[in-house]
Amino acid sequence: MSVSYQIVVCAGLAPDPLQTLEPVPGPALKNELALPAVLDPWAAHALYEAAHLAKSRPGSKVYLVALAPKAKLQQVMMTVAQKLPFELIALDGPMSGFADAAEVAAALSAAVSGIAGLDRERWLLFGGWESATRGAGATMQMLAERLGIIDQFLAVDELRVEEDGSLRVWERVEGGGHQVSLCEGPPAMLAWATGRLPEPVNNPQIGMANMRGVMPALQRARPAPPLGGGIEYRKVALPAQQRQTRVVKDAAPEEIARELAAWIRE
Amino acid sequence: METILVLLHTEADGSLGRNAWEACQAARAAAEASSGGGRLVAGVVGAGARAAAERLGGLGAQRLLAVEGEAYAVSRYATDAAAAEALARAAQATLVLAPGTSRWSRALPGVAQRLNAKVDTHVTALSCDGGALTISRWYYRQRIDVTLARQARPWVLLLDGGAFPAWAPTDGQAQVESVAPSPPAVRTRVEGIESPAADRQTIRPDAPLLFVAGAGWTKKQRDGQPHVEEAASLILDFVTRAQCSLGSSKSLVDLSGEGQAVLPFLTHLHQVGQTGSTPRHPKGLATCCHGEEPHVVGWRFIADRRAVNLDANCGWARGKADVLYVADAFAVMRHLNALLDG
Ligand SMILES: Cc1cc2nc3c(=O)[nH]c(=O)nc-3n(C[C@H](O)[C@H](O)[C@H](O)COP(=O)(O)OP(=O)(O)OC[C@H]3O[C@@H](n4cnc5c(N)ncnc54)[C@H](O)[C@@H]3O)c2cc1C
Repeated sequence: MSVSYQIVVCAGLAPDPLQTLEPVPGPALKNELALPAVLDPWAAHALYEAAHLAKSRPGSKVYLVALAPKAKLQQVMMTVAQKLPFELIALDGPMSGFADAAEVAAALSAAVSGIAGLDRERWLLFGGWESATRGAGATMQMLAERLGIIDQFLAVDELRVEEDGSLRVWERVEGGGHQVSLCEGPPAMLAWATGRLPEPVNNPQIGMANMRGVMPALQRARPAPPLGGGIEYRKVALPAQQRQTRVVKDAAPEEIARELAAWIRE
Repeated sequence: METILVLLHTEADGSLGRNAWEACQAARAAAEASSGGGRLVAGVVGAGARAAAERLGGLGAQRLLAVEGEAYAVSRYATDAAAAEALARAAQATLVLAPGTSRWSRALPGVAQRLNAKVDTHVTALSCDGGALTISRWYYRQRIDVTLARQARPWVLLLDGGAFPAWAPTDGQAQVESVAPSPPAVRTRVEGIESPAADRQTIRPDAPLLFVAGAGWTKKQRDGQPHVEEAASLILDFVTRAQCSLGSSKSLVDLSGEGQAVLPFLTHLHQVGQTGSTPRHPKGLATCCHGEEPHVVGWRFIADRRAVNLDANCGWARGKADVLYVADAFAVMRHLNALLDG
């Protein structure tokens, strides 16, 4: 049985992890809009998995739903759009981790519900299991609940579509293992961990085709509602501790090994 | 007055895991700290839930609730969400405290949505500030430390493992009430857990030491050649002798995807850092790893840190490790393995 899928991938943006972050009142990040941004890493894996699945199932389509500042999204799309074909649905709003997961889920739910022609028999909802900003691992489940999807999987590393159209899913569990489950089929929500696929290489032709849709989508982007969710931030700070590193140079390997052995046994 | 539901699930063998006992202790503390004193209710889901709930007699809970039955024995969203929702409603909980296991992390955010509740996860501390309950958690992958409060109730909190002391069960009267959730449509069958054979399992969350291998293990060494086989045997030998947990940098696990000579026993599950794990161990030893920020954010909960690197200017030297040994990790580990022999 060859099913084609409508795969809706939700992905936000995150500051490039190599940047130094500094909180300012709001709370917000200092110079947040000036920091280089990337597609949120685990959500990016979800997108690569979606593209791979869509490619293997002719007639499938990938939608990318992104809530982020429009201008930032445009920058990030310049590279992401070269990797795989998708239709962008953009929501103009903050990329801040200090937004509330429930409010973000509500905003995304409105955007996903607005996609014309979604068919529950073919519909897979993808995202990252945690963002690199809030890192809550909550938005996708709340979104799926709002959309009435009760087959949900968190920290997925592999999805295999079986002959009969059922979905076999590998989810990370404690202690370096995976739980394997078999779901009858769509609709299902899969919040991805790293998956098994490398980042696709840039393909300028895909980029050209995508950008024809991306620019109008960005122009159409509606402003997201306020996302604060009534959180009262009492403290937002960088960790105080900076260690005083003791740098041991010119010690013989035997000597270092003895010191380490004693330390391990302490 | 807060009604605090401590929401637990049993393990496959019907026992309560360490995280569950930690959640019990956190709930007791939250009840004490609540203005006017909190009312405590405990709810247990899973195989042997009633028997497990009976062990909670000394917790001081006003009610002990349980959901059991074959459908609830496994970790699955549809059934777990139905069970947790039923328990939260039966308890009329304003606050739900649960261990942040993979099972509850999957199920409880959606349950919060059903309850029209707010949810916060990865909670590392609870306290009371001016009569209000506050929680602490990290933002931006352990880079920004936050304390926050919410007026909204219900409020669902998932607690990080290892962040709270465990409650040691004491005797007490235990009358367990069964709760029957409205049965959900079940379209997913749990087939089981796949994990490496016990003797090949190198991820050991309870080990006192984390040993991290970086990409340097696969790089050309002083003689101009890589020594991947020796690296593999040194690392595995150490992990076996020290009975530590094995972690990796992203660069090293990514190499396998790029078809280079790699260490076959490493997967993305070993990756520590921004897009990997943030394990909790008292000590950590990094080898052939540069100590870049996206890696080191995964060391937030490693108390005592040492590193071995050829480069005296690597990231570890800049306040990220307690001790940096500027040395060849191959040579150090050869000696260290020999010392751990005896
Ligand atoms: C979006 C994003 C997410 C990321 N997430 C993560 C993450 O989760 N985890 C992570 O680890 N990284 C992550 N990174 C990558 C990170 O920035 C670094 O590139 C990576 O951690 C480097 O790995 P490494 O230190 O093992 O390798 P390298 O940078 O190649 O360092 C190798 C080190 O080995 C040393 N060395 C070589 N031979 C020896 C020897 N014989 N003895 C002693 N030392 C030796 C060298 O001096 C060098 O310091 C991420 C990056 C991005 C952009």
